[in-house]
Amino acid sequence: MAVKVRIPTPLQKLTNGQDEVETEAGTVMSLINNLDKQFPGIGERISEGGKVRRFINIYLNDEDIRFLRNEETEIKDGDEVSIVPAIAGG
Amino acid sequence: MTTLSISRQLLAEIVTHCREVYPCEACGILAGKNNVVQKIYRMTNIEKSGVSYFMDPKEQFAVMKEMREEGLEMTAVYHSHPHADACPSQKDVSLAFYDDAYYLIVSLIHESPLIKAFTIKEGMVKEVEIVT
Ligand SMILES: [Zn+2]
Repeated sequence: MAVKVRIPTPLQKLTNGQDEVETEAGTVMSLINNLDKQFPGIGERISEGGKVRRFINIYLNDEDIRFLRNEETEIKDGDEVSIVPAIAGG
Repeated sequence: MTTLSISRQLLAEIVTHCREVYPCEACGILAGKNNVVQKIYRMTNIEKSGVSYFMDPKEQFAVMKEMREEGLEMTAVYHSHPHADACPSQKDVSLAFYDDAYYLIVSLIHESPLIKAFTIKEGMVKEVEIVT
């Protein structure tokens, strides 16, 4: 078992078109680092300086990690993580 | 050339939403397939502002899940400009992450609402024809 990660369409160029990838369990931040090893460049699109970017929402199963423990949130095998860029503008 | 296909009825629903939340900006998602809009989702602008919008992340997550389950794509994103013309602002361009979706803007500064659609890819804005 592993962790399933849902990749949003704008980042699928970096995952060879895959909308779902697998990675190892750990904290949100270690998951982002692992993803970046598998798919170079994806890390900086999601986070900056060890923090998730303001306009990126990350969900552990159905819960926003901002309502859990943010970057420290623990992700277990079998969990599903979704990376969802915000929709915003002026 | 690509076009965005949407019925007059759905366009009217978008305008109704934009007028209802005036003077704040309205925002929403247009779900469909192959550039044809089938369904409109009104979303909450959590910034409640007349010059910016930020879609409620929880609602956005739920809608994206529903679209996926129904086999629909996020064909377009719409929002209103209560006090500006129907062209993307600098903020619209810099925050346009979904570069495979169309961005529809409804301007309310004219006598009747003006609706235009755009693609925004890597900072490049291109107007797209709306076909009803
Ligand atoms: Zn705008």
